[in-house]
Amino acid sequence: MQITSPAFKENSRQALSDAQLQKALGNVRSGFIDKRQNSIDALPEFDALRDSARAIKDHTLAHLDLYLESYEEKVKKAGGYVHWAETAADARNIILEICRSAGARTVTKGKSMITEEIGLNEFLEKEGVRPVETDLGEYIIQLRGEHPSHIIAPAVHLTQEQVEADFRRVHDHLPVARDLSEPESLLAEARRVLRYRYFQADVGITGANFLVAETGSSIIVTNEGNGDLTQILPRVHVVVASIEKILPTLEDVGQILRVLARSATGQDMSVYTTVSTGPRRPGDPDGPEEYHVVLVDNGRSSMLGTEFQDMLRCIRCGACMNHCPVYHAVGGHAYGWVYPGPMGAVLTPSLVGVEKAGHLPNASTFCGRCESVCPMRIPLPKMMRHWREREFSRGLNPATQRYGLRAWAMVAKRPKLYRFATSIGIPLLSFFKGRKGSFHYLPLAGGWTRHRELPAPEGRTFMQQWRDRDVRKQEAVA
Amino acid sequence: MQEDVKKKNPRVGLFVTCLVDLFRPTVGFASVKLLEDAGCEVEVPMAQTCCGQPAYNSGDRSDTIEIAKNTIETFEGYDYVVAPSGSCAGMLKKHYPGLFKGDAHWEARAAAFSARVHELVSFLVDVMGVKDVAVAHAGSVTYHDSCSGLRELGIREQPRRLLSSIAGLKLQEMRDADTCCGFGGTFCVKYPDISNRIVEEKTANIRATGAETLLAGDLGCLMNMAGKLQRQGADVKVRHVAEVLAGMVDGPAIGKDKR
Repeated sequence: MQITSPAFKENSRQALSDAQLQKALGNVRSGFIDKRQNSIDALPEFDALRDSARAIKDHTLAHLDLYLESYEEKVKKAGGYVHWAETAADARNIILEICRSAGARTVTKGKSMITEEIGLNEFLEKEGVRPVETDLGEYIIQLRGEHPSHIIAPAVHLTQEQVEADFRRVHDHLPVARDLSEPESLLAEARRVLRYRYFQADVGITGANFLVAETGSSIIVTNEGNGDLTQILPRVHVVVASIEKILPTLEDVGQILRVLARSATGQDMSVYTTVSTGPRRPGDPDGPEEYHVVLVDNGRSSMLGTEFQDMLRCIRCGACMNHCPVYHAVGGHAYGWVYPGPMGAVLTPSLVGVEKAGHLPNASTFCGRCESVCPMRIPLPKMMRHWREREFSRGLNPATQRYGLRAWAMVAKRPKLYRFATSIGIPLLSFFKGRKGSFHYLPLAGGWTRHRELPAPEGRTFMQQWRDRDVRKQEAVA
Repeated sequence: MQEDVKKKNPRVGLFVTCLVDLFRPTVGFASVKLLEDAGCEVEVPMAQTCCGQPAYNSGDRSDTIEIAKNTIETFEGYDYVVAPSGSCAGMLKKHYPGLFKGDAHWEARAAAFSARVHELVSFLVDVMGVKDVAVAHAGSVTYHDSCSGLRELGIREQPRRLLSSIAGLKLQEMRDADTCCGFGGTFCVKYPDISNRIVEEKTANIRATGAETLLAGDLGCLMNMAGKLQRQGADVKVRHVAEVLAGMVDGPAIGKDKR
């Protein structure tokens, strides 16, 4: 997909003035946060589980090569194929090849952010293979020609009325007078339409929440059951997963599952947790005849051993964006690529380059709420700051910012100069305000005064007044 | 300093913070009063400037390090370093040591310094054992939890405990008191429209309480919220929590005209 992250400011201005979007974002603010808190309040060991989850993933990342190779071996033993894709283009071509050799004209898809990352849908369509999204949210945005605005709730930027209008537009074979006023009726209609697609599909493509080294299994966690139909009904099942999805054992998966759904939707467990290991065996009642796994690197291995390695612990629960005031204000599309919110602000520069994604790690108040809710204890603000440091050392941030900052730092590093400058500047500023308590406008402070009054200095600086107090004290003693 | 050698009258170096120094000296005097009332000997070293956050959060590590070295040198020798700001105290306490990774000498000095740093209100309650303040304040207040104080330093109950000891004061909690106000240091001028959307949410929650006064422990957040409330024409007085705790509320509230 096209990257619009460089236009983040323009994107956010549009988002802020989009009344429909602002209404939809209200649901994020009110929905996810309370649900997560309630489920965590009911689990006293939640913080201990977070520590354990972090330790499991840190261990895995330290031995990533070993676990990936052992996983590959197990998949092969179960009769599946493993394909290694270094880049997004490699992954797309491998998947297309599998579709072609299966003679596929339609593929069904379970919800998967990695296929968004590699731009799979556009590519397959161009090559004559029709991808059909089966997750309700993904299905809706596919109808609209959009991309997900949230990693677990892809259509969270839409209101129910917008979805109803889309269904009426696209499902024009259904009676016009039907009732679509309830979410349930929308879901039922999507199910009816999609049910037929499952039987048409030659290939089913899913992502993976986890890959298990000890068994060669892939695991998906869903709420709608569409993932199961996607991977069981077609003749060929393709799992697309990035390399950091690997975990050593099923027991490890069990540990991390306990923090995943709680952090994401506030459920104790998602409705379906589906484990697939290889293709259908003789005697199995169902399952695909062919089972492929495409392991995607696409820049991740270059994060290993850097200050961004911790980001590879991410399990894509979305808690960081659900709690982010910036995400609440502008929604996911403003971030301009696949991954929005705080996790996207760290991951996107790693994957597409900080030259393009520089706004993302800057557009944070560093309120720290993302880190405080992250089940994998990823220090998101710290890593955003690391991106700012890289930008600064490469001279990528705007010149006005750099010069302003350097001028300020030059004074702040020199206490005597600082005292002198502030003892002149502040009383002067204070003089201009007169009896008024704040400025409605002040040159060079337009960013502030566009939206708020600027409280004026009370008068002389604290340090000036304190020094006078000291002098008076000494005079009194003398 | 270890708990077992805790002095009754510790020497406290007040880190005034640049915003208090330049915009709101009243908060500095209120801090001195509160610390002295708690038994501290307060000094204000003249060589202090800013904690360095504007540089640090803009990715300018080398200037941050120079500023940090000056701060550490200036405040060595005090039993405690206290700042009337969770954000600046968080910077001094949580971020300074990391600046000197690989420089054993400065890392040790920074660690020794950081261990003595506290935010004002949590210092009064947690270290000096202050349980109440002997002032009165007739009226209703609401309290905003500033992000750094809350999440880096765990400040939540301490200001509420002291406020609840004030005769006549009624605390009316706002919805989402722990959500960011949208200030974020340079964020508010780099992304003014987003910052504005966030502070609008905050001021709506403040106004919904009907409280007469908004309090918080960080001047940056306070100036942001005061500026927005004033632009909206809301009649909410905004003050640093130290002003109310010290009973220094005779002057105009933040951003308000002189009477």
